[in-house]
Amino acid sequence: MLARTFLGRLALGWLLAVCLLPAAALADDFAERVAALNAGSFAEKQAAADAVAASGHPSAVAVLKALLDGKLHAAPDGRVLIVGADGAVDAASGEPVDAVAGSSRIVINNRMRAGLRGLIAQLSLGHPDAEVRLQAVRDMLPAMDAAAAAQFREALATERDDTVRDLLESGLALVDLDADDPAVRLAAVQRLDGRLNPTVRARLQAVADSDADPQVKAAAAAALKRIEGKLQRYRFVETLFFGLSLGSVLVLAAIGLAITFGVMGVINMAHGELIMLGAYTTYVVQQLMPQHLGWSLAVAVPAAFLVSALVGIAIERGIIRFLYGRPLETLLATFGVSLLLQQAVRSIFSPLNRTVATPEWMAGSLAINPALSITYNRLYILIFSLLVFAALLVVLKRTSLGLKVRAVAQNRAMARALGVRSARVDALTFGLGSGIAGVAGVALSQLTNVGPNLGQSYIVDSFMVVVFGGVGNLWGTLVAGLSLGVVNKFLEPYAGAVLAKILVLVFIILFIQKRPRGLFPQKGRAAEA
Amino acid sequence: MITRLILSDRGSRWLFAVLIAAAVLVPVGNLLVPAGSPLHIPTYTVTLLGKYLCYALLALSVDLIWGYCGILSLGHGAFFALGGYCMGMYLMRQIGGRGVYGNAELPDFMVFLNWQELPWYWYGFDMFPFAMLMVLLVPGLLAFVFGALAFRSRVNGVYLSIITQALTYALMLAFFRNEMGFGGNNGLTDFKDILGFSLQADGTRVALFLASCLALGLGYLACRYLVTSRFGRVIVAIRDAESRARFVGYRVERYKMWLFTFSAVLAGIAGALYVPQVGIINPGEFAPLNSIEVVVWVAVGGRGTLFGPVLGAMAVNYAKTYFTAALPEVWLYALGLLFVLVTVLLPQGIVGLLGRLRLRRRTSETTAATAEAP
Repeated sequence: MLARTFLGRLALGWLLAVCLLPAAALADDFAERVAALNAGSFAEKQAAADAVAASGHPSAVAVLKALLDGKLHAAPDGRVLIVGADGAVDAASGEPVDAVAGSSRIVINNRMRAGLRGLIAQLSLGHPDAEVRLQAVRDMLPAMDAAAAAQFREALATERDDTVRDLLESGLALVDLDADDPAVRLAAVQRLDGRLNPTVRARLQAVADSDADPQVKAAAAAALKRIEGKLQRYRFVETLFFGLSLGSVLVLAAIGLAITFGVMGVINMAHGELIMLGAYTTYVVQQLMPQHLGWSLAVAVPAAFLVSALVGIAIERGIIRFLYGRPLETLLATFGVSLLLQQAVRSIFSPLNRTVATPEWMAGSLAINPALSITYNRLYILIFSLLVFAALLVVLKRTSLGLKVRAVAQNRAMARALGVRSARVDALTFGLGSGIAGVAGVALSQLTNVGPNLGQSYIVDSFMVVVFGGVGNLWGTLVAGLSLGVVNKFLEPYAGAVLAKILVLVFIILFIQKRPRGLFPQKGRAAEA
Repeated sequence: MITRLILSDRGSRWLFAVLIAAAVLVPVGNLLVPAGSPLHIPTYTVTLLGKYLCYALLALSVDLIWGYCGILSLGHGAFFALGGYCMGMYLMRQIGGRGVYGNAELPDFMVFLNWQELPWYWYGFDMFPFAMLMVLLVPGLLAFVFGALAFRSRVNGVYLSIITQALTYALMLAFFRNEMGFGGNNGLTDFKDILGFSLQADGTRVALFLASCLALGLGYLACRYLVTSRFGRVIVAIRDAESRARFVGYRVERYKMWLFTFSAVLAGIAGALYVPQVGIINPGEFAPLNSIEVVVWVAVGGRGTLFGPVLGAMAVNYAKTYFTAALPEVWLYALGLLFVLVTVLLPQGIVGLLGRLRLRRRTSETTAATAEAP
């Protein structure tokens, strides 16, 4: 599926390139053919329309559609315009023009209309891009007739794409629903069973409500019920995905905190602001390389990591190291830092939100079927957060720094006695946690507004995730973040977004009463420290 | 006994001297001195001072649990705001038919939302004594239930701080909802009068100021009584060695629970006095930031002493009023720096600093004396 749309995009790009090369010659020829549409007789017009269709020009379909919809006007100077609700464009070149006084609509008759529909369908159904074909079939479904059915059959003979074939067959079955023979109608209902297209559902509903034959009626009702069940399942999957997406954002925001809070026992209220710095780094990177938006995120991730990590190390060396063993004081001091960072950002970038552009490869969505589509940015961020989590796990479990971090976290005095320079490890750990916050900021900049208050809105949530998962436990953070996200999204349809959030908060407050050390408490001596 | 409570401690003596002086001079300066005179105190200042007194009472309530029992609540603003909402509901009902929509039965925002009748939880708030009872009961009950749950399951330290923050955050989200019936985003405002006296009148403002003075004085006495009593000594023991206190046989969670409840009630009273003076209460008061600011007042003043937080609340809020008017850009920088510097350099706050200075003067005097002696 992924590969198909990707190939589709490639094909589109190739097509554009091919069209642009001999553009000049093609354009002149096309302009002549379009101008011929303003002919005296319907027969001449029909011939001109055929010529336009045969030109193979990318805007041929648009011109023919305009002609069909009565939007094609002829100006007194011979130019042909497409007049829409929001101004006019030159039909041949596609450039916007001022509305010309005295231009008149190019009139067509019913016979031409049928011909035009056929031409448009033929053009669209024969288009090399499967996406365009799919859209064309989808557009034709609500108004199926014998002519369209004939074209569908023709298209089916050559069509290779499964999704388009599927939809073409749905269209043929829709035509059969109008047949006089109940057996044909029954067969059509059976062929439509399990298809999620909204037009199919509407037609089946109509048949189930008012078909003359009770057997067909019952079959339609049963098919409809199965479709509803299928839709319900897809809706469930969709909610699950939204929940996981929210959860992945929570995990990203919380995982840096899990290190500083969990491993080091330091409460960093400035964590949210470190996320904000990451988001602003993305903004700055995009300002610096406006020509390469696609690559900007790839640059922003390490840049944000560095910026936040350096700020984090500065906070640790400048403030926190004087406050070890006094967690509540650390909380206050870092809160002060968060205010300073917020105000600094306000002074430098202005208090207004900045817009961070979304690169093209992250825009759009992956349509799995008519009922289920997944936006790319959320999908990528979900994958990204899992990657970050895995990377962090590797750093903590497989590198010498990770070993030292865990040693210091378990028993500072013993680690020092064995030659671990705990001050350096503290600074690096804090830098690591802060850097991950910066990376989270890059991801968040693709989902929300980037402003001075970005961090504040995540700090309470991040703490909840860490506390819920169990302090000092990265897996706990992952499970807690994802499950809180999913629970939140599943509550939303019943309770509304705000109430869902309140319910989750109350749930966590109650949960902490039951298990004060979180889902996965640390065991052994470390738990007492 | 009251004289003992006031006079046995230098800070308390100062505090009460200033409080009584303010309670005499401010009304005189506002009501008796003519407006042209340089000694005249404008009503704006009276209200501002009254606001500071409410903040001081709130800071006192936070200090009582943080300074004396080590419970850092990052959600005390919630109790303050709940007290404020109870008062706000009373004031709302006093508007009666004078609202924009002229509906004697329903507050304006309910008319606006097309509500047909008063929700049940608004019943009784037209009676002042009932509203005052609720000012004590609502924060008290919430704190009691919350404390009973949290302390019994031995939620401690940072965890407790974070779930108190979650509490106030959840309440903020809830009060932002229009469906809650507390005015949603806009909160309760447009108050007209209290107990039949117009809220705009100078006399009412002065009376509210005096009430705030009185509340702070009584609250201070009650706290002082608590911390010097046997109960208070157990509380301090719990702060310093919770497990030991428990093993010695004290029911730690009960002590904590009652102290937390009392502190919440104090915060509620502060909120109830605050609302008629500023004329509005909205869900913003629940914001976690506000609660943390209160903690800073206490830290700046000096926790573990009762007059320290009063001093801190006054000083920080005066600075806030001054800076936000004079240099609005600078205020957040100043507040942020204050947090950092106070926690790193002045763990005992201003009071600790004063004590250290006095100690140094005394030792330098004694060294000077010993140097002169031979």
